[in-house]
Amino acid sequence: MAGAEGDDSLYPIAVLIDELRNEDVQLRLNSIKKLSTIALALGVERTRTELLPFLTDTIYDEDEVLLALAEQLGSFTVLVGGPEFVHNLLPPLESLATVEETVVRDKAVESLRKISQEHSPVDLEVHFVPLVKRLASGDWFTSRTSACGLFSVCYPRVSSSVKADIRQHFRTLCSDDTPMVRRAAASKLGEFAKVLELDYVKSDIIPLFTALASDEQDSVRLLAVEAGVSIATLLPQEDLEALVMATLRQAAEDKSWRVRYMVADKFSELQKAVGPEITKTDLVPAFQNLLKDCEAEVRAAAANKVKVFCENLPEDSRETIIMTHILPCVKELVSDTNQHVKSALASVIMSLSTILGKDNTVEHLLPLFLVQLKDECPEVRLNIISNLDCVNEVIGIRQLSQSLLPAIVELAEDAKWRVRLAIIEYMPLLAGQLGVEFFDEKLNSLCMAWLIDHVFAIREAATCNLMKLVEKFGAVWAQNTIVPKVLGMANDSNYLHRMTTLFCINALSEVCGQEITTKHMLPVVLKMSTDQVANVRFNVARSLQKIGPVLDSSALQAEVKPVLEKLATDQDMDVKYFALEAISVLALA
Amino acid sequence: MSSAATTAPSVDKVDGFSRKSVRKTRQRRAQSSSQFRSQDKPIELVQLPLLKDVSAQEQPELFLKKLQQCCTLFDFLDTLSDLKMKEYKRSTLNELVDYVTLSRGYLTEQTYPEVVKMVSYNIFRTLPPSDSNEFDPEEDEPTLEASWPHLQLIYEFFIRFLESQEFQPSVAKKYIDQKFVLQLLELFDSEDPRERDCLKTVLHRIYGKFLGLRAFIRKQINNIFLCFVYETEHFSGVAELLEILGSIINGFALPLKAEHKQFLVKVLLPLHSVKSLSLFHAQLAYCIVQFLEKDPTLTEPVIRGLLKFWPKTCSQKEVMFLGELEEILDVIEPTQFVKIQELLFKQIARCVSSPHFQVAERALYYWNNEYIMSLIEENSSVILPIMFASLYRISKEHWNPAISALIYNVLKAFMEMNSALFDELAANYKSDRQRERKKDKEREDLWRKLEDLELRRGIQNSDGVIPT
Repeated sequence: MAGAEGDDSLYPIAVLIDELRNEDVQLRLNSIKKLSTIALALGVERTRTELLPFLTDTIYDEDEVLLALAEQLGSFTVLVGGPEFVHNLLPPLESLATVEETVVRDKAVESLRKISQEHSPVDLEVHFVPLVKRLASGDWFTSRTSACGLFSVCYPRVSSSVKADIRQHFRTLCSDDTPMVRRAAASKLGEFAKVLELDYVKSDIIPLFTALASDEQDSVRLLAVEAGVSIATLLPQEDLEALVMATLRQAAEDKSWRVRYMVADKFSELQKAVGPEITKTDLVPAFQNLLKDCEAEVRAAAANKVKVFCENLPEDSRETIIMTHILPCVKELVSDTNQHVKSALASVIMSLSTILGKDNTVEHLLPLFLVQLKDECPEVRLNIISNLDCVNEVIGIRQLSQSLLPAIVELAEDAKWRVRLAIIEYMPLLAGQLGVEFFDEKLNSLCMAWLIDHVFAIREAATCNLMKLVEKFGAVWAQNTIVPKVLGMANDSNYLHRMTTLFCINALSEVCGQEITTKHMLPVVLKMSTDQVANVRFNVARSLQKIGPVLDSSALQAEVKPVLEKLATDQDMDVKYFALEAISVLALA
Repeated sequence: MSSAATTAPSVDKVDGFSRKSVRKTRQRRAQSSSQFRSQDKPIELVQLPLLKDVSAQEQPELFLKKLQQCCTLFDFLDTLSDLKMKEYKRSTLNELVDYVTLSRGYLTEQTYPEVVKMVSYNIFRTLPPSDSNEFDPEEDEPTLEASWPHLQLIYEFFIRFLESQEFQPSVAKKYIDQKFVLQLLELFDSEDPRERDCLKTVLHRIYGKFLGLRAFIRKQINNIFLCFVYETEHFSGVAELLEILGSIINGFALPLKAEHKQFLVKVLLPLHSVKSLSLFHAQLAYCIVQFLEKDPTLTEPVIRGLLKFWPKTCSQKEVMFLGELEEILDVIEPTQFVKIQELLFKQIARCVSSPHFQVAERALYYWNNEYIMSLIEENSSVILPIMFASLYRISKEHWNPAISALIYNVLKAFMEMNSALFDELAANYKSDRQRERKKDKEREDLWRKLEDLELRRGIQNSDGVIPT
């Protein structure tokens, strides 16, 4: 048996390194992905003394290889001998954290963050922190960018003097003269604030936040917004106004739409962070402005938040705020010029009815729903229809049915199949809410028309839809309304339609029960076993396998078995295959 | 299946969601900057007399007044509002353009801040959101700036102002400062090509006249490019900035400063990796060749850089790389060529055997270039062994007859260059392939053994940790 430290004669490092140096990138990549195997073959000692130095020295390679390497090293601790030796992994990762390619660098930082947890406090100060400081004062922006992500992982476990040093380095990076580094620092500011002592959050982080939030580049300012939310969560309520609110207010009115967009996008988090009082005094007017913003992107982001914002308003004044401040803006958005705004609104507007109750919904929201149901953009209508259940709970769906029908019909015939698919998925829900009569009268023909759609995904969804309808309305309804039509398609000249009959039978047999299946469906399936198209025939075999469990044994033996046996001798190999499969599954052999 | 074939649904209208059809329905937009909010009140400007109608003493003051009036902005998305005043501003701007072009003695110290202020008010604005997710600059129409009727004149006025004989950079530098330049550079992201063209001239003039801003401008362009390559992949004005850099590089003094070399290696070369390379490749290649003509010793790092960023899957980009490489080879010094030939021809061998015939064809065209041919001939003992296997294999296998014909010519050329080596390689071809296969097998064996070891270790470990 090979020794615990690897077998030198079998696996000389030269051979392994040769593999890592192979001219073919793909082979190099393969070897690097199996780096742990190589390390295992070498044993921990030689991995530390030979393999890691080699990796550190030959860091110039294809980015793809470097990415794999950066990832591997993150879980290499055991292979170098455990936590006591983990710092041996730092040199190669340090080089990887300085390369140009962002993906590689990010992965190196991720691995460094991971192995930082495996360092003892002493090793952290002796090995890890110096690395962070080296990166933070690197010449080229890439190493300084990488450094930003490493402060928060080492800060909690080092002595207070080292902590002061770390804070100082982070401060320097926040005022770096390349915007790339300031962006990295801004994006890590919130995370760093979380591990700092509260006093330092106030004395160190707040000035940095204020500075980054008024950076000359909007790409930096917008990242500060997210940090601002994190910082606000850390501060006691009484300090919020003095320390962060002025900056956040300014962000909500920034001259760059990207920053305002970010504020809108983070609005729920912000609302939670600042609490009910500031929400009432500051966030409500800010939210109104965002809903009225001159850029559609901002309005759409804000519209998306309408529901959550309203839900989280303090209960005592929720209704008043919504009715007097939010609803007027919402009313304007219903006829916005931009379809993304309208569609964002349509996806949340229905849920306001639960908050506002029956009377307000009927008086104020219903007219808006009706306008959106007639919108020119299908996505808007679809979003309204897909959220009908919220309204149904509050006022019932009847109020809407007159406007609903034309909207549904139009969507059902939309030129885009994804739109048709989406409306099909809401059919069972609609059917349940509108009732069987309304359904038979108005919607049934639509459901049948989808069965012969020219897109397979629609036919498939239509089949599944029928099954759900039968679950709702029962077998008797099925027998009277849909089964005859489905079976009628078995004689269609288009083989795709004939196959649809089979797919429907597959879906319906179980919910329709033994009687209908044996009496009405089985004869049709058996008859189709002589179809001239092989695809139909092998689907007959599959259907028989599927409906077999629903039938009783006499029908199986007397009717199904002979047909399957005949199909098992078919010329077409697929037909044969499925027939034999059905025979064995149904135990008819 | 015949019945199926005749009744099968037509495929042409199956998927309504393809990008093209969505786009067709979208109307082409003119967009205005993000700063205009709908103005409630109509704008009123007092009509001032024409400059030529007042006495020479009164002209400077009237000029200042007109500059101030032109700080008023109009909403051009609303095509019906303030028509009269829009026209008035337009004619005033026209008058100002003529005035700075023709007049003498108009440029007093007080004029500079007012001119810069007027220009800043008009051109500096937050650019509107673009459809960057879907926007394909090669196919889509750019979004045009709605306020162009005014903006164009502002740019023209500013360019005339900068070019005016009376213009004194020493006075202007108080107002045209780093902040001004930074905002100017941000505007290069404008989707409107007309605006970018004006900006190019403006920046060029500023770079030429303000020596103190040069290093700053270069650094900020660096930042824009780095952000473009490593963060956003979206910036409209890369081609324009490269065009300016082309002439800047041309003026670099020798020997090149380390800063400039770093710019070449760390900024210009990585620009090759961007998806939208085709939009600025000509300008980029020009900059690269400029550098090499200045300092031939940069050839090796440049070619190594190109090989590092060589496209793996995008044949269209690969053809561009081959084109750029030929431009470089056109100016390469033989001593530099020798340093890099092995790496280079390993890549060319891969291109020649590319299944994409345009790539193969572009690479094979090198053999029509007399200078490259002479370099190959001088070094045939090195290059031929690298190229031979690919050429030999492809000459029999390539699906495209035109490629086979080109390959045949290349092989013939090699045979004439060095027939002894050629015959030797041909004779060894088979045994070389066999040796390669043997090596592959050895590699497989090695990895199998290593994996066995890993498995054994796994078992050992799981035995070892059973607690007592």
